[in-house]
Amino acid sequence: MLTPTTEHELADCISAATSPFRIQGGGTRPIGLVANGCTPLSTSGLNGISLYEPGALTIVVKSGTPLSDVKAALTAQNQRLPFEPPDYRALLGTDGTPTIGAVAAMNLSGPRRVQVGAARDYMLGVRFVNGSGQILKNGGRVMKNVTGYDLVKLLAGSYGTLGILTEVALKVLPSVEETATLSLSDLSPDQAVRAMASALGSPFEINGAAHDPATAQTYFRLEGFRASVQYRSERLAALLEPFGEVAKIDDATSIWTDIRDVRPFAGLPGDVWRLSIKATDAPSLLDRAAPLGSMLDWGGGLLWLRMSEGTDLRAKLGNFAGHATLIRANDETKARIPTFHPEAAPLAAIADGLRQKFDPRGILNPGIMG
Amino acid sequence: MEMPTPSGAVIAKKARIVEKLSAVLSDGGVISDESETRAYECDGLSAYRCPPLCVTLPRSTEEVAAVLKICHEENVPVVPRGSGTSLAGGALPTADSVILGVARLNAVMETDYDNRYIRVQSGRTNLSVTGAVETDGYFYAPDPSSQLACAISGNIAMNSGGAHCLKYGVTTNNLLGVTMVMMDGTITEIGGAHMDAAGLDLLGVICGSEGQLGVVTEATLRILPKPEGARPVLMGFNSNEVAGACVSDIIKAGVLPVAIEFMDRPCIEACEAFAKAGYPMCEALLIVEVEGSPAEIDEQLALIKNIAQKHDPVELREARDADEAGRIWLGRKSAFGAMGQINDYMCLDGTIPVSELPFVLRRIGEMSKDFGLDVANVFHAGDGNMHPLILYNANKPGDLETCEAFGAEILKLCVEVGGCLTGEHGVGIEKRDLMLTQYTDEDLSAQMAVKDVFDPSWLLNPAKVFPLGSSATHRENRAA
Repeated sequence: MLTPTTEHELADCISAATSPFRIQGGGTRPIGLVANGCTPLSTSGLNGISLYEPGALTIVVKSGTPLSDVKAALTAQNQRLPFEPPDYRALLGTDGTPTIGAVAAMNLSGPRRVQVGAARDYMLGVRFVNGSGQILKNGGRVMKNVTGYDLVKLLAGSYGTLGILTEVALKVLPSVEETATLSLSDLSPDQAVRAMASALGSPFEINGAAHDPATAQTYFRLEGFRASVQYRSERLAALLEPFGEVAKIDDATSIWTDIRDVRPFAGLPGDVWRLSIKATDAPSLLDRAAPLGSMLDWGGGLLWLRMSEGTDLRAKLGNFAGHATLIRANDETKARIPTFHPEAAPLAAIADGLRQKFDPRGILNPGIMG
Repeated sequence: MEMPTPSGAVIAKKARIVEKLSAVLSDGGVISDESETRAYECDGLSAYRCPPLCVTLPRSTEEVAAVLKICHEENVPVVPRGSGTSLAGGALPTADSVILGVARLNAVMETDYDNRYIRVQSGRTNLSVTGAVETDGYFYAPDPSSQLACAISGNIAMNSGGAHCLKYGVTTNNLLGVTMVMMDGTITEIGGAHMDAAGLDLLGVICGSEGQLGVVTEATLRILPKPEGARPVLMGFNSNEVAGACVSDIIKAGVLPVAIEFMDRPCIEACEAFAKAGYPMCEALLIVEVEGSPAEIDEQLALIKNIAQKHDPVELREARDADEAGRIWLGRKSAFGAMGQINDYMCLDGTIPVSELPFVLRRIGEMSKDFGLDVANVFHAGDGNMHPLILYNANKPGDLETCEAFGAEILKLCVEVGGCLTGEHGVGIEKRDLMLTQYTDEDLSAQMAVKDVFDPSWLLNPAKVFPLGSSATHRENRAA
């Protein structure tokens, strides 16, 4: 395992490379199948907070910094990462230390994404090393920046295939004074999606809307100043009344962590798929998929499915608006079924073209995305 | 401002190009008469003008594709145009270019409240997107000052922001999908009603690419339920430093106002003379707006006023009703008009870390003396996006050049303190030649590599964004 400790050392590694690399942070989210013969390279040696200005809501962090360190620094100033990055260690049966760089490279967001946006929406700037070993930057550390092309977004979610992130600048937000969670019981997925649409379409700033078909529980989260949360909870409860009896859960922290980390699937058999879809399509897709297990987040827009091993879910579903990613499966299945949803020909050609420009030798996580 | 020498070969075949374009566009879709193309000779950066070869106004995505296919075959540069409100020269034509205007593409295609999105044609104006959904209690969040006129296509090209993006983000944070036509006429769909990209986030790089990667003809936009209410508070301070410290304290306290606007004395005086909003005469004014139910607004404003009190404000005025709220916003919203009435001005758009506000304002004041031109400052303080307005006299020889030189120095200062050249207006031609103060050659090459992939012949808006020297070899691919 190569673990360069500076950006320059990393750039030298890449420049001098004679074989491809398998790039990782803490190695807790082995999504996708990397080609054989890759040298493992970890960013965990690039560690530390470069700059933190609470008054400007900005933090700049080296990519291999443990996510827990970033969270601790923010918590000390009563701030947080608004997009609620998930931890997949239980789901994927891995150990190790999740890093901020991997969160950025995989654009990982939790339940709050439905209201506040994704990891990529909070990424202000990046530094990275491309496949030729050049050290590059894009964006910066200010909140509004349209200077040149937004390669920050392109790097977010590129799974290391365009460049290895060395530093990420993030917008952070204040922590909240109060959180409230309301729940509905015994709804079908169809009813749950309608209840969640109704809540998310209200002015009460719902920042979590999830449904667990296994327990038939539907959850709604509100956050903010105490009096405001109190007021909005009451209004939301009234709004949800037509869907059944509304319960208030006193401490729902673990419920939302479990939803964020897809904890109900941990240790259960089957492949795990993650679908980003039009929320109101969730019930019909569930019918078509007939999964072993399922979870709905983002008001139904994020669908987690547990399928019998080796199932080609995309073939089973046919055309739908959105995409499906294979998150957990054995290597035989990963070799047979693409991890990422196949794209239309013109887009696939653009993606290939971009990879050739940023990584002409094809040495950064080859095979992982296409 | 230098522009590439127009291609004589393209100008020489104007008649044939116009004939081919006319054959694929419905009535009145091609404007080639010189007296009429003049209407398209500039955008909001009106100091620079050049009539295009001709103008096309397609009525459908298919017609856009047909126009691009012809221009691709004929090797003719294309300058996409929304409403032409760019302050950076993003829609400035060259004499050998075809303007592709999307003004006739303005329909609402689909509204879906359950999934909270609207799909519109890209020529639709920003404000009329909200107009299409507001009676049902929704709005489209990005609100550039030009929102009455500016088109969604231009918003996407420039990744436009607005006063309220502190809370709601800019265009890229509210864009779910596009229909985009590539330079060779290929029609593509990227994103849609769902969240996040299937593979690489192409939507993320298209947004803000200043019309250089493709022509967006339809957009799926996130719409939000309207808040129950909003209320501003006005605060006056005796120095820019104190106002800047107050902004920082508000943010640190955990309140997230939807807007924090900042005006300095020259701007306050001009606005007061123009709009008579009843502003106090002081060194710095803040307008802070919060949203929610009446009780929530009371709670947040109490907190904000409490913070402001600690900074000894000379004025602290909360709107008691819609009329008073309107008066508080009146001066700010008419700031650009007010300045325009007393002078010609150039509006800058650099962003700085909020903590650097007092230093940067002081430096701008010093530079103002050095250059002999006055500056008024009005800007979005919560996110550090400054809008210094440099006043000059367009009729005085050399004044524009002095103004541009002064502007360049201010933008370099923004970069020096950790900020950037442009927060929401875009690079266009205006800041093109300053790009190397913020990025290295390698950084810019990585950006240009993206254009190489989307538009290998560099026909789309080719002379924008990148310094001409940096883009020369890429653009010459076309000539070869």
